[in-house]
Amino acid sequence: MTAAVVVKNLVKTYGAVRAVDGIDFTIETGEVFAFLGPNGAGKTTTVEILEGIRPSTSGEVSVLGKDPWKDARQLQQRIGVIPQDFHFFPKLKPREAIDLYSGLFGVPSRATELLDRVELPDKDEALFENLSGGQKQKLGLALALVNDPQLCFLDEPTTGLDPRARRAIWAVIRGLKAEGRTVFLTTHYLEEAQLLADRIAIINLGHIIAAGTPKDIIQRYGRPERLQIVGDPAMVEPLRRQVGLPVEVQDGSVSVELHAKGDALKVLSWVDSSGYRYSSFSTAQDTLEDVFIRLVGASDHSAMDIAPEGDAA
Amino acid sequence: MNGRRIRSYFVAFAKGYIRNPIGLFFTLIFPIILILIFGAVFANAGSSVVPLYVENLDHDSPASVAFLSALNDTGAVQVYVISPTAGNLSAYLAKNSETAGLLIPDGFESALVAKTPVDVVVFTNPAAASQAGIVIGAVQGVESAFNLKEAGGSVVVSSSYLNVGSRIFTYIDYLIPGLIGFSILTSPMFSMVNISSTWKRDKLFRQLSLTPLTRAEWLTAAMIWYVLLAIVAALVMIFVGRTVFGAHVSVVPWMFPFLVAGPVLFVSVGLLAGSVSKTPETAAVIGNVILFPMMFLSGTFFPVSGFPQYLQTVAHVLPLYYVIDGLNDGILFGNSVGALRDLVIVLIVAAVLFAAAVSVFSWRED
Repeated sequence: MTAAVVVKNLVKTYGAVRAVDGIDFTIETGEVFAFLGPNGAGKTTTVEILEGIRPSTSGEVSVLGKDPWKDARQLQQRIGVIPQDFHFFPKLKPREAIDLYSGLFGVPSRATELLDRVELPDKDEALFENLSGGQKQKLGLALALVNDPQLCFLDEPTTGLDPRARRAIWAVIRGLKAEGRTVFLTTHYLEEAQLLADRIAIINLGHIIAAGTPKDIIQRYGRPERLQIVGDPAMVEPLRRQVGLPVEVQDGSVSVELHAKGDALKVLSWVDSSGYRYSSFSTAQDTLEDVFIRLVGASDHSAMDIAPEGDAA
Repeated sequence: MNGRRIRSYFVAFAKGYIRNPIGLFFTLIFPIILILIFGAVFANAGSSVVPLYVENLDHDSPASVAFLSALNDTGAVQVYVISPTAGNLSAYLAKNSETAGLLIPDGFESALVAKTPVDVVVFTNPAAASQAGIVIGAVQGVESAFNLKEAGGSVVVSSSYLNVGSRIFTYIDYLIPGLIGFSILTSPMFSMVNISSTWKRDKLFRQLSLTPLTRAEWLTAAMIWYVLLAIVAALVMIFVGRTVFGAHVSVVPWMFPFLVAGPVLFVSVGLLAGSVSKTPETAAVIGNVILFPMMFLSGTFFPVSGFPQYLQTVAHVLPLYYVIDGLNDGILFGNSVGALRDLVIVLIVAAVLFAAAVSVFSWRED
């Protein structure tokens, strides 16, 4: 596989603020790559540099083998973009917007096909300004596909949408991957990244703080699987002595870290025979969201130690 | 430059404009409203006779009465004699809000007979400059005739009075080229001020920068649209002027170069104003700051030649002056040399501002 995007030591500064502070990553052709981070972490700055609408301060960027700032016009034909808070001409209808884009890209208009694909009803009376948030995003997605791009940049495509509209957009993203297109997705919905992405990078304060497949990241940064027992908290001490595993009270239930395969059984049989009252039990594993919150929290603190004003960026 | 892209964008741009009633109102309806209002207000301006209040201190001597009668006969003024007991003439004029007065001094007739100099005093109001001019002209004319007669000469040179262009022009005739110029200024400039500031805020330029459309193509499409609008607006205004007020204006070839160069110029002005503003609100203020002096000082509503000298100097700096002057030359006077001179100036200014606007105006971010 060849890399669709290669970023090496990318830096972008605005005055004294280092919005992107030396990041590296690679996106392989055909994969869905999710870029996660809290607001202001540097996601959009990075995406806009890759799209060729913002110059970098330093570092190397290659998009489909081109320099996105210098070769923006050649790249335009091969990439599709939905910018964050996508806006379009308020007095145009969706079909007209697609016709306009097709004319600009010099391709035959596939308005009907694209509107179908993003499940946007082909309503003649609806001007862009009258569309709902979800319909606007769907139109943005359709426009991003007009030129049949090899690489799509979707910057927070589902932010603020209702669950149905979000699922419709997820379906389109899965379709893009199935067709072999590369997708660069930024989002702050962790479940979205976990569901769609082959690989993830988490950015905070301009630094990438974790990267890999969702599974890798959870394994590397997540806590071990836990058994959670809803029952008498008095069992904590005897249980810890008995099974030799870390036990604590968490959110009102007794939580036992599981280190080996048989641990859960061992714990349950002891609790059952011990006579302590309990009502139910379940196992729990860190989600990407748990990991994300811990990682971002930790990097915020370490950044605060170094540069007290850093979190304003 | 790519014709297909310009065409695609032009279609979308025109649709957006037509579907926005406010833009169309300012382009087509507003100038017609101005024609109707100004046309009605100044319908008789061309033929008005200035009332002249006279205090005759020469006790209605035959010479003074003949002088006043000659003044009345000019048709430019209507003489009203007030009683010398009414008090100070200047105070009378002020009290009754009248603009012109004439004082005939005691001993007017005896001075004529004795051929000794005598002054009649003319009172005018500087705020009514055109009426003052009419009064002074009439009085001086009658004075010359009297001097000649008393000196025993005969009239050798005289003049008959016609309006410039050897046609009788009414105010509405001047108003229409002025308002055509005004519409050439307003709709491209305000649209561009608005577009270049709000589209930046709504990131529509960023959106376009993701397509192969170039800034030059974008501007070309917009300019074609504004040129078409200007032509339609000009035709509508000429039509309304002719049918409603019987204006002596017609469609002449010389107006078209201005209908093309004018929008190019003011699109550039609007783009510059919008590009240097941080917010749409600032842009609107800058737009108005540019609009108002141009609107009143470029000859839109009143001929610049009637302005005091220093205001004429200001007018000659404003690009709209040359657009309106050129339209006047073309539509009213058939003066091709004058129109060509104005056109050259408009083209040079348009080229400079266009280049400046293109260099200042950027789609991509920092």
